[in-house]
Amino acid sequence: MRGFKAFVTGLVAGAAMLVAAGAQAAYPDRPITMIVPWGAGGGTDATARIIASLMEKELGQPVNVVNRTGGSGVVGHSAIAQAAPDGYTIGMITVEIAMMHWQGLTELTPASYTPIGLVNADPAGIHVPADSPYKSVNDLLAAIKANPGKFKASGTGQGGIWHLAIAGLLRDQKIDPASVGWVPSNGAAPGLQDMIAGGVQIVPCSLPEARALIEAGKVKSLAIMDPKPSALFPNVPTLKSAVGSDWTMAAWRGIAAPKGVSKEVSDKLLAVLKKVYDSKDYQGFMAQRGFGIIWAGPEDYAKFMAKSDADLGAVMKAVGIAK
Amino acid sequence: MDFMHLFGAAFQLVFDPYVLLVMFCAAVFGLFVGAIPGLTATMATALLVPITFFMPPIPAIAAIVTATAMAIFSGDIPGALLRIPGTPASAAYTDEAYQMTLKGQAETALGAGLVFSAIGGLFGTAVLVTAAPALAEIALKFSSFEYFWLVILGLSAAVFIGSSSVLKAVIALLIGLLVGCVGLENPGGYPRFTFGNTELMGGVSLIPMMVGMFAISEVLRFVVKTDPPARMVVKRLGNVFSGMWALAVKYPAAILRGSVLGTLVGIQPGAGADMASWMSYAVSKKFSREPEKFGTGHVEGIVESGAANNSALAGAWIPALVFGIPGDSITAIAIGVLYLKGLNPGPTLFLNNPENVYAIFLVFIIANIIMVPLGWLAIRLATNILRVPGNILMPVILLFCAVGAFAINNTVFGVTVTLIFGLLAFVMEENGFPVAPAILGVVLGTMLEENFVTSMIKADGNLLVFFERPISAGLGVVTLTILFWPAASWLVRQLRARPAR
Repeated sequence: MRGFKAFVTGLVAGAAMLVAAGAQAAYPDRPITMIVPWGAGGGTDATARIIASLMEKELGQPVNVVNRTGGSGVVGHSAIAQAAPDGYTIGMITVEIAMMHWQGLTELTPASYTPIGLVNADPAGIHVPADSPYKSVNDLLAAIKANPGKFKASGTGQGGIWHLAIAGLLRDQKIDPASVGWVPSNGAAPGLQDMIAGGVQIVPCSLPEARALIEAGKVKSLAIMDPKPSALFPNVPTLKSAVGSDWTMAAWRGIAAPKGVSKEVSDKLLAVLKKVYDSKDYQGFMAQRGFGIIWAGPEDYAKFMAKSDADLGAVMKAVGIAK
Repeated sequence: MDFMHLFGAAFQLVFDPYVLLVMFCAAVFGLFVGAIPGLTATMATALLVPITFFMPPIPAIAAIVTATAMAIFSGDIPGALLRIPGTPASAAYTDEAYQMTLKGQAETALGAGLVFSAIGGLFGTAVLVTAAPALAEIALKFSSFEYFWLVILGLSAAVFIGSSSVLKAVIALLIGLLVGCVGLENPGGYPRFTFGNTELMGGVSLIPMMVGMFAISEVLRFVVKTDPPARMVVKRLGNVFSGMWALAVKYPAAILRGSVLGTLVGIQPGAGADMASWMSYAVSKKFSREPEKFGTGHVEGIVESGAANNSALAGAWIPALVFGIPGDSITAIAIGVLYLKGLNPGPTLFLNNPENVYAIFLVFIIANIIMVPLGWLAIRLATNILRVPGNILMPVILLFCAVGAFAINNTVFGVTVTLIFGLLAFVMEENGFPVAPAILGVVLGTMLEENFVTSMIKADGNLLVFFERPISAGLGVVTLTILFWPAASWLVRQLRARPAR
């Protein structure tokens, strides 16, 4: 009996050692949590969920998506930054991280994370109702200049990304950003609906967000704020070709870990994420949804975020939103 | 292709063993999720998305439609049995159903919820099939001005629900409106009442608050009672369906009103099943021949708002399919799935893929029909809870509330909110203040503020715009008439009475 007990003890100890050795040898050995700062069902949630399910296959461990919503993204972004830097909590950070600190809503900036990879960017467009008298950005800008205060735009909250997109464009065109009033909305869909209902005249949201209404012939897109035309609607001119402006603005999403994760962990995550990004499943998913794809590894992603942060800060100061 | 051919093609798409199996599994999943407080129909949909990714289009949509219809119904089960509304759409009549359970009429309350949910769902589907494109055009005409009046109309419901004292109902409503002010998500994007707390920036989440106000307060009441608790009347559960025909014959107008109102509210992109259910409950009481029985365990309101919240579900798909504009948070997710499957929403969907559209319609019909037997089974299983003695049941409820509140945002903060509002509701109810208006205040308060402020921004502060647009003006006149009718009729009576004196 004693012999059996010793045998079992030995077996358990041996197994435990094996597990411990395994843990040291190979990250990850338990499920990973991916925090999403936005609600279930939105574009960020959808992108995070497809990436999580594809990463799961590569890592051989479950990657659980957890929505930590609220506070216009502050809550979730804080949760990612404050998680233990062991590689078992990562998150999808979005363009708002380069905006919120300018408003004094959080201390966090893009530099508060270990960037892994940029996976998506959707440039802003300029949308007007299909029956609008303005046929081009030039027409629209001239009308705005002639009638300051007459035009109202919507598509996100006060000081949100699309608000800054149009304010930045106006500033770039030497028009007072305040000459188009901003009507806050809970996202692009209600903003677009309000525009068709005659509540506002302009919605500067991304093209995929306006896609159904463009295809339904209710909305027309006058320009895209990106250096190159959209894959979804190649006929929509870029701002550069339409008015010669270099102004660009895009909402972006990427994967990041808390600051201080080991090189080994971030390298592993990078390798897996790159594989996921290149996969047919991810590319196909993004093409179906009409979401823009863009890749940047840790160094380029950090530079990209720093530029985004500086651009947004400049516009927010000009519009008077930054503190 | 003519109509019959289209339906034939749709039949082949839907009556496929794989699709039917998916629907069955989704139905069980939806019933389960909806019955757990804190897990909503929206969450059921979000959890399904990664699974539907690997399915062909029709079973993918079928899974979502079936799961949400089941979840909205099964939200009634914990509401009726334990006074914990499973989903916000059940909150309007949770108290009523719970009162019926206390009287030993749990099966009638749940049976009415089930049968009339199915009828409402079928009505909404019929509207979806026959009039989707035309109605979607009307829904697109609604701007913040029109929504403002709708919200005011919804708020006036607070006065009709729950309490006999109008003053106390209004005070409860104001508490709700105050709670709705907390957080960053207001038109100004400015943090209010957050005291520097990051969690409070997100505002007070409705579900933890609701679970606290209904369920925790009930647990507290049980704890405080020193005399042997009034045991629920536990009799063998009768036939869930008995008496349903009699109810249908007795309240045909209520069923029709609930279904029509639910569909109409559901179509509006800014409103959903939650609002539909509150408004119908109030309308039901207003038009009832026995309004004094409301709140004491009277089935009429459950019949009407049960029909309304499920018909709203179908209504929400109308703008989603025709213009890709989500009618509620569920269709917002579903639109993403439609894109993924190459069924891009828009008028072109009806032209290019009509057989798929008809297949979606068929799925709605089947989902509402299989809801009846599956829901019956769920009710049979769930009512066993009533046999559990209170001193065992109440701690379990507390545990479930904590888990549900945690699950909403995956933070302990939700649990804190639940406990605080449980305490508040206990104090309120002990002093005769109804809790339902407070919840309504939170549901509609943010919408009221958003629509008012955005309207004012658009109009540069000119209040008259609320009457300048035709639909808005019409809604405004109706709302003001309803609001001031009691005062006006009192005045008229006073004036008439005077000469006689």
